[in-house]
Amino acid sequence: MTALRNLFSGREVLYFLLLAVLLVVVLPLALDAFRLNLTGKYLTFAFVALGLVLCWGYGGVLSLGQGVFFGLGGYCMAMFLKLEASDMASTARQTTPGIPDFMDWNQVTELPWFWEPFHSLTFTLLAVLVVPAVFAFVIGFAMFKRRVGGVYFAIITQAIATILTILIIGQQGYTGGANGMTDLRTLLGWDIRTDDAKQILYFLCVFLLLLCLVLAHLILRSKFGRILVAMRDREDRVRFSGYDVSGFKIFVFCLAGVFSAIGGAMFTLQVGFMSPSFVGIVPSIEMVIFCAVGGRLSLLGAVYGALIVNLAKTSFSESFPELWLYAMGALFIAVVLAFPNGLAGLYSRYLEPLLDRGWANVRSRAVAVPPAQEKTS
Amino acid sequence: MFADYSAAELTSIFAMQGFAGLSLFSVFVLMALGLAIIFGQMGVINMAHGEFMILGAYVTWLTSGFFSSHLPGLFAAYFPVAILLAFLASALLGGAVEWLLIRHLYKRPLDTLLATWGLSLILQQAYRSIFGAREVGVRMPDWMMGSYAITDMIEVPINGLFVMGISLLTALGVYLLMYRSTWGRKVRAVVQNRPMAGAVGINTQQVDRVTFALGCGIAGIAGSAFTMIGSTGPTAGQLYIVDTFLVVVFGGAQSLLGTIASAFTISQAQSTMEFFLSGSMAKVYTLLVVVGILMVRPQGLFASRIRH
Amino acid sequence: MSITQNTPRRWGRWLALPALALASTLSHAAVPPTSEVNTTGLAVTDTTVKVGILHSITGTMAISETGSVQAEKLAIEQINAAGGVLGRQIEYIQEDGASDWPTFAEKSRKLLINDKVAAVFGCWTSASRKAVLPIFEQYNGMLYYPTFYEGLEQSPNVIYTGQEATQQIIAGIDWVVREKGAESFYLLGSDYIWPRTSNKIARAHIESLGLEVVGEDYYPLGHTQFNSVINRIRLKKPDVIYAIVVGGSNVAFYRQLQAAGFDLTQESPLLLTISVTEDEILGIGGQNIEGAYAAMKYFQSLDNPNNEAFVEAFKERWGDDIVIGDVTQAAYLGPWLWKAAVEKAGSFDIDKIREASPGIELTTAPEGYVRIHENHHLWSKTRVGRAMDNGQYEVVFETDELMEPDPFPEM
Repeated sequence: MTALRNLFSGREVLYFLLLAVLLVVVLPLALDAFRLNLTGKYLTFAFVALGLVLCWGYGGVLSLGQGVFFGLGGYCMAMFLKLEASDMASTARQTTPGIPDFMDWNQVTELPWFWEPFHSLTFTLLAVLVVPAVFAFVIGFAMFKRRVGGVYFAIITQAIATILTILIIGQQGYTGGANGMTDLRTLLGWDIRTDDAKQILYFLCVFLLLLCLVLAHLILRSKFGRILVAMRDREDRVRFSGYDVSGFKIFVFCLAGVFSAIGGAMFTLQVGFMSPSFVGIVPSIEMVIFCAVGGRLSLLGAVYGALIVNLAKTSFSESFPELWLYAMGALFIAVVLAFPNGLAGLYSRYLEPLLDRGWANVRSRAVAVPPAQEKTS
Repeated sequence: MFADYSAAELTSIFAMQGFAGLSLFSVFVLMALGLAIIFGQMGVINMAHGEFMILGAYVTWLTSGFFSSHLPGLFAAYFPVAILLAFLASALLGGAVEWLLIRHLYKRPLDTLLATWGLSLILQQAYRSIFGAREVGVRMPDWMMGSYAITDMIEVPINGLFVMGISLLTALGVYLLMYRSTWGRKVRAVVQNRPMAGAVGINTQQVDRVTFALGCGIAGIAGSAFTMIGSTGPTAGQLYIVDTFLVVVFGGAQSLLGTIASAFTISQAQSTMEFFLSGSMAKVYTLLVVVGILMVRPQGLFASRIRH
Repeated sequence: MSITQNTPRRWGRWLALPALALASTLSHAAVPPTSEVNTTGLAVTDTTVKVGILHSITGTMAISETGSVQAEKLAIEQINAAGGVLGRQIEYIQEDGASDWPTFAEKSRKLLINDKVAAVFGCWTSASRKAVLPIFEQYNGMLYYPTFYEGLEQSPNVIYTGQEATQQIIAGIDWVVREKGAESFYLLGSDYIWPRTSNKIARAHIESLGLEVVGEDYYPLGHTQFNSVINRIRLKKPDVIYAIVVGGSNVAFYRQLQAAGFDLTQESPLLLTISVTEDEILGIGGQNIEGAYAAMKYFQSLDNPNNEAFVEAFKERWGDDIVIGDVTQAAYLGPWLWKAAVEKAGSFDIDKIREASPGIELTTAPEGYVRIHENHHLWSKTRVGRAMDNGQYEVVFETDELMEPDPFPEM
């Protein structure tokens, strides 16, 4: 019990439960099917933001290529769904029936070998986790072992995002090109386009997100998390103390990649397609801003950041499309200049002390006048 | 693939191809010089670099419009004026941005990245509101169109020569400023040891502002030159940003010579590969090789040290 | 189907628009009741009907989509001035796709589910259309899509008002072969589905004529360095450069081609494109592309009374310096085709419009005359224009017959 208490402070549990109630109870009750599905889409970006809190906020490693992992996860999922949507009946019109439509248009007459295993859902789910992890490991290993960090790492991840985008668009016979993989319909025969299915997928997404939150929290609370922070602040000292700094960085980068990939897979399921427009630099940097707005040191903040920025984007661009970019740009600048720790920073600096005082007042009064407690509760 | 062609044809093609590589080289140099100063010397990541270039392009467009309607007699000579104005406009905006934004962030390089990204969004939308979403075409004076025919097969584009000339002059100017002037000595002093530079009486804040403005001004020159070969639209600046950063990083961030060497290597590699392979894959391979080399040799081609 | 024969009648009809508007307000009693014309709960009242306009006003695609938005608004305003559709004034809800495909999907959902619009005019890139297509099919909406595109699609929920690839390509290639004696072609394009598919159709057609394709290249979207490919072209000496370069790359490509000593007005090699409308020339600069040929269905300079009236109205509404390209005109057809379908069906119901659409003809189209095919594409003529220094095209050829749309060509 005390071990548990060490891992979760009372307040953290409270905040976590508040978020869970918001996502599981309040939003589904308050929003119609359309808005709930949108929220689900926003939440998939929260996975990426969560990963960024770990690797940027705590590890000090800023990746501007998280879209790569989001895309890898999303594409793995999309490949499975696309194969299922390309059954003999619905592709009878093609020159080669039974392969995805975009392959047929590009004179691909046989399913490429790397598509074959994606007939299996088990393999696909594994691939969603393993492919990005391996990819992140290769990048991380090459870079962190040579102590490339900071700005250099950011720029190289950007270049990788560019390469992957050009590749996906250029190899359209295998990837669907710029159009992406569209018209995904069923998951093991279950129609994912209906309102009911979307609702279930929303809850699945929330569940996975909460799971990732707990996992990330546990990691930060462990010794590993403390080393991470120490490393971010004084890397040389940690190294001199005998720790393998690069190993920790690689791990946290891989973890962030896997989180992003889960988000990508959930995105594909909920939105019904995947396209290279999520892999490039622009979406990758946007994902960083979700994390920065929420607060780069706050796991819960990342979730709120993703929700709030996207909500603002949707409603702003509905009413003042031309002002949206100004607002977004100003947000970037403001978050860097005025409140570097984001909403979470603002909360703990201004709101929390107020609440504390309020809480303390209530408590002291409750102690002094016991009957009052009954009334208030 | 060459079996069908005569030796004369092949020679000319290789000559032309060499020129193509050189003009890509001068484009890279122009793009990267401004950034090399800002990133290499100051450690600031200016993601809005492309937008400063586009500002230069729009200024050129405005100037050409002004000359053709008010001074049609002098239209042939408008370009140098346009370049000067482009430099001034971008440098002024750069100075203002430094004062408003960048100077608060010198200790947080990754944050300059985010802030200048925000700035680039704002600038893009501003261009769109002011100049319209459509691309604008800058009209060239007649003497800058066409090519010199050296032989039947070898033709040298005049605008390509012009861009080369501009980048040569700019590079020379930057070299003189940085290594042969008092001001350049101050900049280098500030880069190497800020507190000491301040202690010996250098106004470090002013040096920072002028350096940043200079880098942006060079971006403006680049943008002005690029109206001859590329498009001018609100979002055109983003096309250049990754290439530009890679050139600077690949060269070794703090070395101007490295930047030029890296621009040369990358441009020759890309243009040769484009000749032999299809365009998309040539780009992929070039980037892969650059990233690959950076992974093995993170300090770039020429570097004294890297900062984490 | 001769154009001149029909001209006076159409011209008269155009002039009669204001009179019609007056007539329809007077004869309000003739308006059919909403319960009859709208059985599926669309946003139709006794006096109004809501439609959606869904294009990018921000982001990289805003450059291209601005013209379409303007054309659709103009058509809607003109229809309203003429009394609306089934006595109802059209109200539009405009959404921004922000050059982002999921946003297109999201906004089309909003338009169909929340706003219950009776039709949507929108999308530009294939990627955006592919993103919204499943949604239109799922919620049974009707999309009027204006861009010339690669084909390989035929949805019951889309009316394609631009040309599909074969319409654009075959007539153009036949023309250069017949008139210019072209025998070898170099195919070039931006690297995505439309240029690749179009070049595939072009290659198949060229080879079926017994002629030769000497090269085929693709460059990433936004690529700005074409000197190497220009050298390859120089080495291969094709009779025709067949270019499907788009967006910002266009400017770079034509400028560098010109600078490398290729004077397009010399026509050796000749340049034929299907991707450069008057809109793109604005950015490229007329002086850089003078002498190139383009094959498409509409040019601003088309000489017919419909087009004169259209260009005049367009300039009056959106400013004198505006240019009108192929897609803009196709976008303008959208609301008119929808109106014709609604009136033929006597209902706003999507299913009835779908049934009524094939066979609908528009004699007032700026491009002359169009008719909706069973496959939801338009029968239309293809023209070849020669680019001039002033940024306009001079029409040098027009097919005698309407080209039949064939979105799934045998290759």
